[in-house]
Amino acid sequence: MTRRVPFYLLLALALAYSAGPFLWQAITSLKPEAELASLPPLLPLRPTVSHYVTVFTRYPFFRIISNSAVVAASTTALSLAVGSLCAFGLSKLRVFRKRLILALVLSVSMFPPIATVSPLFIVIRALGLRDTLFALIVIYTTFSLPLSIWALTNFFDSVPDEIFRAARIDGCGPFQSFYRIMLPLSAPALFSTAILVFIFSWNEFLFALTFTSTAASRTIPVAIALFPGLHEIPWGDIAAASVTVTAPLVMLVIAFQRRIVEGLTSGAVKG
Amino acid sequence: MAEITFKGVRKHFGDVPVVRGLDLVIRDGEFFTFVGPSGCGKSTILNLIAGLEEATEGGIYFDGEPIAPLSPKDRDVAMVFQSYALYPHMTVYENIAFPLRMKKMKRDAVDEEVRRAADMLGLVSLLDRKPGELSGGQRQRVALGRAIVRKPRVFLMDEPLSNLDARLRVEMRAELKKLHLRLGITTVYVTHDQAEALGLSDRLAVLHRGVIRQCAAPSEVYAEPADTFVAGFIGSPPINLLPGTIREGGEPAVLCNGMTLCPPVKLPPPGGRVTVGIRPEDITVSSPMGEGGAEITVTLLEEAGHFTWVDFRWNGADMKGTAARDANLKADGKGRMSFSPESVHLFDADSGRRI
Repeated sequence: MTRRVPFYLLLALALAYSAGPFLWQAITSLKPEAELASLPPLLPLRPTVSHYVTVFTRYPFFRIISNSAVVAASTTALSLAVGSLCAFGLSKLRVFRKRLILALVLSVSMFPPIATVSPLFIVIRALGLRDTLFALIVIYTTFSLPLSIWALTNFFDSVPDEIFRAARIDGCGPFQSFYRIMLPLSAPALFSTAILVFIFSWNEFLFALTFTSTAASRTIPVAIALFPGLHEIPWGDIAAASVTVTAPLVMLVIAFQRRIVEGLTSGAVKG
Repeated sequence: MAEITFKGVRKHFGDVPVVRGLDLVIRDGEFFTFVGPSGCGKSTILNLIAGLEEATEGGIYFDGEPIAPLSPKDRDVAMVFQSYALYPHMTVYENIAFPLRMKKMKRDAVDEEVRRAADMLGLVSLLDRKPGELSGGQRQRVALGRAIVRKPRVFLMDEPLSNLDARLRVEMRAELKKLHLRLGITTVYVTHDQAEALGLSDRLAVLHRGVIRQCAAPSEVYAEPADTFVAGFIGSPPINLLPGTIREGGEPAVLCNGMTLCPPVKLPPPGGRVTVGIRPEDITVSSPMGEGGAEITVTLLEEAGHFTWVDFRWNGADMKGTAARDANLKADGKGRMSFSPESVHLFDADSGRRI
C-alpha cells in the first residue's frame, strides 16, 4: 500500500493542475460581488447564484450559446465527413504518394493561427462572409481536418485489409465498403475524433474574435471576453458564464469516457 | 462454374517479379491447389483471379471470357481468407447474408439461402452471435458459409485452415473436400502445407519463386517429382538427397556414397553427375544382425505409432528412414538399411531436373 503513495500524490498533483482553474472559476462564480477580490475566505461565506442570473438576463447569452453550438456541431460534422473519406482513401485505396500527402496534411496544422489571420481576414471580407457563422465553420473545418484525417487514417490502418478485400469480393464498390463496413467498425474512432474537433471549435478564440463583430455571430469565448463592465471587469459574471459553457463538455466527456479511450487507443484493438 | 485459363500471366510489384509467366488451365469443377513456400506468389495468383490485383502482363479467362475488364464484385467469385475476414459488427446471419444483400436479393430468398448454408455447416444455433463470440473453427465455418451462399462461379481459398489447431485442421480438410464434392464448384486453393495439397486436390501446382515447377495430380507429384525442389517440398519428412555419379565402364549404374545402384531408368552418359533422391518412407532400417543392405549408425529414433522414424548416418551422410516397431534398434547403435531400386529418384545434378 505504501508503495502506491507516490502514485496517488502524483495523481493528486495532476488533478489539481488540470481541474484547479476550473474549480477556482466555479468558486468565483458563486461569490457575491463584495467578496470577489478578497482572499480569504477561499469558499464564499454567502454563496449566491446572482452571477448566473445576470449572465442570462444582461447578455444575449442564449443566442451566443446557440451560435457556438451551431458552429461546433457543423464543424464536427463537416470535418468528420470529409476527414473520414480522405482517411479511407489514404488507408485502403491505391493512392499515389500516401506518405507525402499525409505529411502535407499535417503541415497545414503547423502554421501558427496568428500568421494566417490577416490573409484569411482579407479573403473572408472579399467573400462578404464577415460576421457570419459560415465563415467560422469553414475555417474551423480547415484547421481541424489534419486531426480528423490523421486520427481516422490511423484507425482505418488498424482494420485488417482482408476485411476490406472480402467486402470488395462480396459485391461492394469502394464507397459501399466504406459506409457499410468501415464506418460501422470505426464508431469509437469517429466518436473520439468528433469530441476533439467539437472541443476545438467550442473553445477557439482568435479566429472568432477576428471574424465576428456583433452578437449575431459571436461565439462563447469571444462573448465572454467582451462582457462589458461599467467600472470594473465583471469577474463574477465571466466565471459564471465559463462554468455554464464548460460543464456540459465535461459531462459529455465523462459520460463517454470509455468510448473515447477506446478510440484513442484504437491501434491496439483489431477488428 | 467456370474453367479458368491463364495466358502468359506476369505480375511485378515495382521491380520485383512475383509471378513469372503462368500458362495454365484449371478445369471446370476442379479442386486445384497452388502449393509452395511463403513468397512463391501463390496468394498473388488468387488476388489476380479475384481482381484485387491487376496482372502486369497476360490475361486470365473464365470460360474463354477475359475477366480483366471486370471489377471484383462483377467476377462472381467468393473468397475465404486465412484470417476469416468476417465483419465484426455483424451477426453470423448478417455475415452470411451480406453478399446476397449486396446482390439486392429479396429478403425471403436471402433468408432461405442463409438457413440452407447454415444448416449445411452446422451453424444454425449460432446465427445470432457476433464473430467475436465464436471459436476459430466456427469462424472458419461462417467464412465458408459466406462464400458458398452465393453459389459463385469460382471459390478462392487463401490458406483457410492455417489458423486452426492441428486436429481441427484435419477435420475441416475432410469437410472442405465433402463440400467440394457436393457443390462441384471450381475451387482454387492456396496453401504452404503439402499434406493439405496432397489430400484435397484433384491437381496441384508446386510454385517456387513465381514459377510452376510441376503441375499434376497429387499421386504423380509424389511418385514422380519433376525436380529436386518438388521432391524436397512434397512429402514429409522431406526426401533424402545424395550426390552420385554414373559409373564408367561395365553395365550403366549409379555410384552413390559407396553403393552401386541400378535404377530402372535410362541413365545419362558415363561420368555424369546426378542427385539421388530416396524418400524416408521407402527406406527400411533393420537390426544389425540382418542380411543385406548397407551398414549404418542410428543417431535418433522417433516413435510414430505403428512404425518408427530413424535418423541415421551412412558413410558420412545424414539420412532418414523408417523401421518396424519391433526392429530392436538403439540410438548410437548399428543397423542396416535397404531400399528397392524402384524407389530411387534420379535428378540431373546441374539442372535439378528428373531423369
